[in-house]
Amino acid sequence: MTSQLFFQYLFAGITYGSIYAIVAIGFNIIYNTTGIINFAQGEFVMLGGMIAISLHTLLPLPLAIGLSVIITMIIGALIEIIFIRWLKNPSVLRMIIITIGLSILIREAALHIWGEGVRSLPYFNGNEISTLRILGTNISPQVLWVIGVCSVIVALLSLFFKFTSLGQEMRACAANRLAATLCGISTKNMVTFSFMLSAGIGALAGCVVSPITYTQYDGGTPLAIKGFTVAVLGGLGNSMAAVIAGILLGIIESFSVSIVPLAFQDAISIALLLTILFVRPHGLFGSKEAAGLKEF
Amino acid sequence: MLKIKNLEAGYGKLRVLKRISMHVDSGEIVTIIGANGAGKTTLLYTIAGIIKASAGDIALLGNSINQTKPEKIVAAGCSLVPEGRQVFSTLTVRENLILGGYVQYKKNKVNTAAELQQIYDIFPVLQERESQLAGTLSGGEQQMLAMGRALMAKPKLIMLDEPSTGLAPLIVKNIFQIIGKLRDTGNTVLLIEQNAKAALAIADRGYVLETGKFILQGPSEDLLVNRDVQRAYLGREVGI
Repeated sequence: MTSQLFFQYLFAGITYGSIYAIVAIGFNIIYNTTGIINFAQGEFVMLGGMIAISLHTLLPLPLAIGLSVIITMIIGALIEIIFIRWLKNPSVLRMIIITIGLSILIREAALHIWGEGVRSLPYFNGNEISTLRILGTNISPQVLWVIGVCSVIVALLSLFFKFTSLGQEMRACAANRLAATLCGISTKNMVTFSFMLSAGIGALAGCVVSPITYTQYDGGTPLAIKGFTVAVLGGLGNSMAAVIAGILLGIIESFSVSIVPLAFQDAISIALLLTILFVRPHGLFGSKEAAGLKEF
Repeated sequence: MLKIKNLEAGYGKLRVLKRISMHVDSGEIVTIIGANGAGKTTLLYTIAGIIKASAGDIALLGNSINQTKPEKIVAAGCSLVPEGRQVFSTLTVRENLILGGYVQYKKNKVNTAAELQQIYDIFPVLQERESQLAGTLSGGEQQMLAMGRALMAKPKLIMLDEPSTGLAPLIVKNIFQIIGKLRDTGNTVLLIEQNAKAALAIADRGYVLETGKFILQGPSEDLLVNRDVQRAYLGREVGI
């Protein structure tokens, strides 16, 4: 393998890996406050892309993306308020099935609204064929946008959780729900916020990847599977581990292309997911003791 | 301060509390003693709003709080320190305390630094551990942190659920001293304990809870010399 090809694969891997990481972080935020996996997370990514594409026919790109993120956040909040909030002591399994139902609902609604067509946002800088030369290899400027936006999201999230009052309340809710309630924190509102936050993050990711991966009504599910793989690989609930695991999976996938046909790419991540679940169900970076105490 | 009338509560169809009435006056320590499964914790959870009462009335400072959400009850001035050191183990000691003061902060944007110092004065060990993760503290320190966090909300009534559970005798002694001090500085305390001797020693009044009913109540001195209490809870054989 030439060094040029090596870096080409590496950049492709990091790009897809960052997206997986963002989807996985979306999973983790909701998992931390509710203990459930929101299988509609991939649909947030799709919705973000689709809404931005529709808005872009009327508005300039940055405005369309901003508005799309806000609309998706509102949808996320509504979903939580309508389908989850009023449940009294719901079991984990019941909530997970609700989110699976929601993901089907959103997907079918998107099919009716936007049709089957494959759409995409324009490249943020340049076009399909413009390239930058980095480390002896040619990459699209959009790749830098993806990696850049994902890094900024991760950095801002860490700051948000560490230094803002709302972020601390959400962490408190994740650490101990009963104690959070007894501190006067409304845990129900925190769950709504967590849905809003992960919907917004998913939507933003959906916008930046749209030029590279394109957006289609059923594009959310494969992303959700990859994101879930990454979340489990890193250890559920651990967002920093998700970043590492995401990039790891992205790189494994992109290098696998040089050995096995492209069609097997998804099989590799599923195989990885199964291996992790069999061998190390608490993830690469999770603690076994903590995982053993969790309900799910 | 707190007035409970004919309270009934439980889990699903299981009725744990059977028409309980009691009261806590301002500035006193009231203790509820009883064996495992008597309903002590259920009573505290019902007052705190975690469990909804099925009948009866709970009034805090004259206002009924039966239907109030738990987070609103904290804001109304009634804090519960749950059993088993429910701290935010992945957050630092300081962050834990600040979250405790969250209700106060929301109400009037008070200066948390000054509030924190007050808590550190009561529990000096917490200041030493300020930036440590709460999960790494010892059992006694976690209990102190849970109490400190509840105090940050500046409660009018603080409810303690078995603060002595699983702690070394010396630490228990220390914690009970602090509870006594809390009353001396004007706080009202509702204390639930299996350690009846220690609880009655610092309390002004006590109630004895057995299978969801109060079978005895009165000033602590009276309860301490009561034959039934001595036999059942103080482990002292009484000659007939």
